[in-house]
Amino acid sequence: MTDTRTSLRAETGPFFGEFGGRFMPESLIAALDELDEAYQLAKLDPEFHRELAELGRTYTGRPSILTEVPRFAKHAGGARIILKREDLNHTGSHKINNVLGQALLAKRIGKHRLIAETGAGQHGVATATAAALFGMECVVYMGEVDTERQALNVARMRLLGAEVIPVKSGTRTLKDALNEAFRDWVANVESTHYLLGTVAGPHPFPAMVRDFVKVIGEEARQQMLDLTGALPDAITACVGGGSNAIGIFHAFLDDTSVGLYGYEAAGDGVDTLRHAATITKGRPGVLHGSRSFMLQDEDGQTLDSHSISAGLDYPGVGPEHAWLSSIGRANYRPVTDKAAMEAFRLMCTTEGIIPAIESAHALAGTIELGRELGPDATILVSLSGRGDKDVETAGRYFDVLDENGNARV
Amino acid sequence: MSDTIVSPVASTIAAAKTERAGALVGYLPVGFPSLDASIDAAVALVENGVDVLELGLPYSDPVMDGPVIQAATVAALEAGVRLRDAFTAVERIRSRVDAPVLVMTYWNPVLQYGVDRFADDLVSAGGAGLITPDLTVDSGADWLATSDRTGLDRVFLAAPTSTDERLRLAVDSSRGFVYTVSTMGITGARADLGTAARALVARLREQGADSLAVGIGVSTADQIAEILSYADGAIVGSALVKALADGGVPAVARLASELAEGTRR
Repeated sequence: MTDTRTSLRAETGPFFGEFGGRFMPESLIAALDELDEAYQLAKLDPEFHRELAELGRTYTGRPSILTEVPRFAKHAGGARIILKREDLNHTGSHKINNVLGQALLAKRIGKHRLIAETGAGQHGVATATAAALFGMECVVYMGEVDTERQALNVARMRLLGAEVIPVKSGTRTLKDALNEAFRDWVANVESTHYLLGTVAGPHPFPAMVRDFVKVIGEEARQQMLDLTGALPDAITACVGGGSNAIGIFHAFLDDTSVGLYGYEAAGDGVDTLRHAATITKGRPGVLHGSRSFMLQDEDGQTLDSHSISAGLDYPGVGPEHAWLSSIGRANYRPVTDKAAMEAFRLMCTTEGIIPAIESAHALAGTIELGRELGPDATILVSLSGRGDKDVETAGRYFDVLDENGNARV
Repeated sequence: MSDTIVSPVASTIAAAKTERAGALVGYLPVGFPSLDASIDAAVALVENGVDVLELGLPYSDPVMDGPVIQAATVAALEAGVRLRDAFTAVERIRSRVDAPVLVMTYWNPVLQYGVDRFADDLVSAGGAGLITPDLTVDSGADWLATSDRTGLDRVFLAAPTSTDERLRLAVDSSRGFVYTVSTMGITGARADLGTAARALVARLREQGADSLAVGIGVSTADQIAEILSYADGAIVGSALVKALADGGVPAVARLASELAEGTRR
């Protein structure tokens, strides 16, 4: 008999250890309660699970496959490296899993307007996609800085019929997009569901979003057993807010032989001021409705984060990660822009896979980890997204595009 | 209401109700356009008819604030305002005028400073208590304990969407007044306040509220007069901040004086 009380998988919020909770304006509490109630009911309803699984199968393309990458692995100490290919999902990343779950829930509670924040644009694209699929109105808030570096995704969202609002307040990046989405929600809560894109925010978002993305690890656990006959020695994933990481970690939380490694964006380096390594360099505080690690100054003002990857450029992190770090179950390590871009190029040229720059952080971490663990180790990597959206950024970085985005001749 | 501790804010509001239609609560952020000017402006509010001051502590991620207050608090932060300046401002304002001063702050700055230390320093500065826009009663156990220990006021928010049960919680736990959110949305002037505020005040009265002030969107003497026909106080923020931004201390003093007319009808 398993004693479920000791299972790390049993946490449902509002708190994960001392992290999580709900620090939000009173105006939004009723909506959060309504969402929580609807979700608790949906969780018990086989029809909801059936509908979601059907969408996964016929729309997203689940289960996503595993791909072993031996040519890449030669650079990682010869460890056996296997990718979980969330990049092959419809819309190009793991974000669609959470979005379809929440959109179905929104439909259940009679909300016909979806709003979302987005950094890299992957979550915005996924939300715009679900809105089109369900015939809902969609508004996506995106930091003005991010609309510039992810112009292609802005165009995708608009083609899908969504309104994209560039956020000009604060630092004009992901955290300010969240603020603006909360402000919209406060004013329009009766018609609107805020489709938060990561495992952060006030309860019930961290636990609910986790539940919608944990299918990644559940599939991967069985796929690894089928492929290798054993569980992996380690799992790696990039961590911004942390949704793809919790998605692949969660099924393995009670498998103590499996090391869990989250890679935070170290930007120019964790000894500079330009990074987004929240767990490595931050301390506990309240941001966007929950208590977790965050980058902040002495007065509790949120600090600007930096990363070449818009999707990791966030000064907070989901509370379940803060908890997994505090109890020592998962390890969080920094990866610089430079290391991520080297891993990006290596994956392109050794395996013919262009990863999202976010996912390239996990790949860079995997190279280092593979060298640490040696050739007998098996490492499962969350390849959370594809790099189509990053071609311009990477093209400029590697000088195959000029500063206007045109091909070098 | 917690009635074992005498609240200076509740007393001020009660006195305003006996003399006039009710109280005027005025908001300004600390450090905008400078620390000195924000202090002068706050003093000018009181000298021109504001009964209770609400001093906002600028914060990097103010989810309840609209564009006018955001612009002012961003400017204050860029000019280098610090958390400790709030205590300086409270102390200097209190040395010049007698109105009670509440600090409006998002929760993380208080957490980082230390809830007890923040409360003790606010008491030393002569502050009356806190308005906490992103801390509700059910998440605020540490603040409830600290405010009871120090006798500081604690103003919680009540919204049109709050259940009766939650309204009861806000009424029972607030001290000073209950901040009655007039309308679903963020701070900023609105031409039409609608009927939500009146309905919410009635619901709060049913839960036993005897000191409540209506805020969000209030910007004219007419609106204040209307609010005070059913509530105990009216709160003005963005309109004052805009006046200060556009015309400095003289402009904010003039507007306060005009708004105070709304308390005498």
